[in-house]
Amino acid sequence: MLLQESSSSAPRKRPAPTGAAFGLRLGLLICLLSMLPSAGCQSPSEDPAGGTVEETVKLVVTGSSTVAPLVSDLAKAFEKKHDNARVDVQTGGSSRGMSDARRGLADIGMVSRSPKEGEDDLRWHPIANDGLAIIVHADNPVGALSSEQVEKIYRGDIESWHSVGGNDAPITVVNKAEGRSTLEIFLGHFGFESADVEADVVIGDNQQGIKTVSGNPDAIAYVSIGTAEFETSEGTPIKLLTLDSVVPSTAAVRDGTYPISRTLHLVTADEPEGWVAAFVDYCRSTEAHPLVEGQYFVPLGG
Amino acid sequence: MSRWVGDRSLIACLRLAAATTGSVVLLIFVFLVFESWSALEALGLRFVTDSSWHPASDPSEGTFNLTPMLVGTLAATAGSMLLATPLALASAVFCNFYAAPRPAQLYRRMIELLAGIPSVVYGFWGLVVLVPLIRQIEPPGASLLAGILVLTIMILPTIALTADSAFGAVPESYLQASAALGLSRTTTLAAVVVPAARSGLFTGVMLGTGRALGETMAVLMVCGNVVQTPASLFDPIRTLTANIALEMAYALGDHRSALFVTGLALMCIVAALVLLTEAAAERWTVEGP
Amino acid sequence: MSPARRAGNVYARGLGRGKGDGFLSTAVWLAVALVVGAFGWLLFDVVRHGMGGLSLSFLLDGVESSGRAGGIGPILVSTLLILGVCLLASVPFGLATAVLLAEFTDAEGSFGRPVRRSLDVLAGVPSIVFGLFGNALFCIYLGMGFSILSGGLTLACMVLPIFIREAEEGFRAVPDEHRLSAAALGFTRSRTLFSILLPAALPGIFVGLVLGVGRALAETAALIFTSGYVDRMPESLLDSGRSLSIHIYDLSMNVAGGESNAYTTALVLVGMLLAINGTASWLSDRWVRKRWMTH
Repeated sequence: MLLQESSSSAPRKRPAPTGAAFGLRLGLLICLLSMLPSAGCQSPSEDPAGGTVEETVKLVVTGSSTVAPLVSDLAKAFEKKHDNARVDVQTGGSSRGMSDARRGLADIGMVSRSPKEGEDDLRWHPIANDGLAIIVHADNPVGALSSEQVEKIYRGDIESWHSVGGNDAPITVVNKAEGRSTLEIFLGHFGFESADVEADVVIGDNQQGIKTVSGNPDAIAYVSIGTAEFETSEGTPIKLLTLDSVVPSTAAVRDGTYPISRTLHLVTADEPEGWVAAFVDYCRSTEAHPLVEGQYFVPLGG
Repeated sequence: MSRWVGDRSLIACLRLAAATTGSVVLLIFVFLVFESWSALEALGLRFVTDSSWHPASDPSEGTFNLTPMLVGTLAATAGSMLLATPLALASAVFCNFYAAPRPAQLYRRMIELLAGIPSVVYGFWGLVVLVPLIRQIEPPGASLLAGILVLTIMILPTIALTADSAFGAVPESYLQASAALGLSRTTTLAAVVVPAARSGLFTGVMLGTGRALGETMAVLMVCGNVVQTPASLFDPIRTLTANIALEMAYALGDHRSALFVTGLALMCIVAALVLLTEAAAERWTVEGP
Repeated sequence: MSPARRAGNVYARGLGRGKGDGFLSTAVWLAVALVVGAFGWLLFDVVRHGMGGLSLSFLLDGVESSGRAGGIGPILVSTLLILGVCLLASVPFGLATAVLLAEFTDAEGSFGRPVRRSLDVLAGVPSIVFGLFGNALFCIYLGMGFSILSGGLTLACMVLPIFIREAEEGFRAVPDEHRLSAAALGFTRSRTLFSILLPAALPGIFVGLVLGVGRALAETAALIFTSGYVDRMPESLLDSGRSLSIHIYDLSMNVAGGESNAYTTALVLVGMLLAINGTASWLSDRWVRKRWMTH
């Protein structure tokens, strides 16, 4: 008892802090925190190096999850060519790519569609063509759909595979979450609104669609033809549906017969200079074509 | 004199550090308010009155109804609490009043292990094991039910461990008195042990609720993420947390700001829960059991 | 605690049985069987599917083909760096706060009470909210971008309350004789703190550290918007780095055919966490008088 009392009273004689003192501390904390970046962070990529500088240069590329795997591959090859260059690729959707490029958070943005009206404040650099494929599980007996059938499935008017010549199983409709340009292109082609879609599963990234379909024999989804062909070549159990009697393939995208296609772009806030220009030019060069084809996209002018 | 100065500056440093850690929560709050301000101003009541959740960066183009996700979150939380609480209480009762010392200790260890498994592993397991199982009963599989089951396994250890220490703290004399009165085990538990441990039990349940409300990745992986008010256990849902994780990377302008509103709402709910728990614990401690 | 509880156990087992006890017993045993069953199922599954891919080269190799092939070398390094940043930032502040709360201020006083309350609230904040906050403050406002530094600092905020609670228990477990003897010897408070209290409270501090590491390792949601997805070997703290938990998430959600490596990564992560939590509870059983287990 005695021990407890002495210990609890001895060290506690400090006066209570006033509100002002607390505010002061908060101010101090904020000062402290704002000193952090100057201590730890030298601006990573602003050095407009011409290529002779020894120090490492980091380019930040953000945006579309459709374009990201391609640009990651291009980045790796680019890093091999230039020892002191580092290219960081982060996915986050096309609109994020544009916004980050505008605000300077990224050096380059990735956008999986063509510029819309009012977006010409950015510089657009097309790098490849791609189409949207409707995919189902490899075991699904259905091999072709018409645009009308796809629309009915997504609107919830057709609910069983039986109605389109398949098994007697309910269709699991996979849709993309808001803000993805793949969703915009899909809706644009079929001419309906995002609010009309009766989805059973909503996914984020492009890859997630393939993953969901490969794990669910009754699912239907739409993804980039490039991604889908890449995955089938890796042995993933999915298949691309013939749409309005056109077989989706990079060849059909190349000759323009496949109905849903788009151009993948890199965007920059200003006319690219230095390393940014070097990387953009590399992505557009014929040297990059094998890599573009390796990801099952269609090289420009190829 | 120098000794005195040394002590003074030491204490000043400690207080500064403590004030810093204490104000982290304030800083988070300020940031959330700051980032959500533009959406709060532009949208206001539209978070409950809009027709659906189809956000756009320009508030005039999109619709911003958060209620289906709020309902989804509450349904998942309530469901998992309904399942986890009895299981956790039974676990704690088992450890304290049924099992022999050695099995009890073993079981306690197992629950502690369970508490250490990261939620992403629960989510992954739910995705590859539970979702396909549920799909065989009623497609699409990714559903409110999957979310409830995963959350149940996740929060069970939190509640069980807190309840276990609450039961362990019930004074021996209570049990002896109860035995002297010739009360049955059921009566002893219901009329003596549970009331005596109520503060700890309540804390455990509240902690579990907080975790279930705030869990993101596990529910994102198994719930299907369709924004809708669920009509059955097999309907897919999207929770508030999953909504942030799913759309944050893609969101711009007021859409992004709306996601911060979601974060702010979650934080307020959880803060209220924590403060409520403490107030209750304080009151029960003062009054005594 | 455990001897007392054991005594209670023995005693309770001798309680009389009355009407309805059969129902309660059945219910309790059923619930326990259910919990053991679910846990066994989960763990068995992870071990069975994960064991096959586990090898030294899996732990060391780089990530290939989005994680379908190759190993988790860079991810382990990123994870450790994130943990390092987290500890460097949280330990000094946490320790100072714990010392102040346990030794130099009235726990329910006008300073101690608000600090404690705010820490309690902080402990309950959902991790995705930490992610939002970290993204807004560290990545954007302070310009650190998606980086290991941003991720580590975000986790530091998250881990603080857990670490402080345990460290404070450590100080409270130091017997008062120590403080009295020091006072009798005319030690200043700083000297008492550094040469007597701190060493004596080390077990509690260490338990806090271990639990904090466990929480940080398990975290996913707070990291997706702060440390990012990049799976390359990090070269500086300003590089983006993927943590083990994010890797599991990415493999299971985004990579078709990624399950087997997701299982192996999960096995590695669960193994690390079990080792860490095991250490913590072993230490606390051994050293600390009483631990408030609410992780």
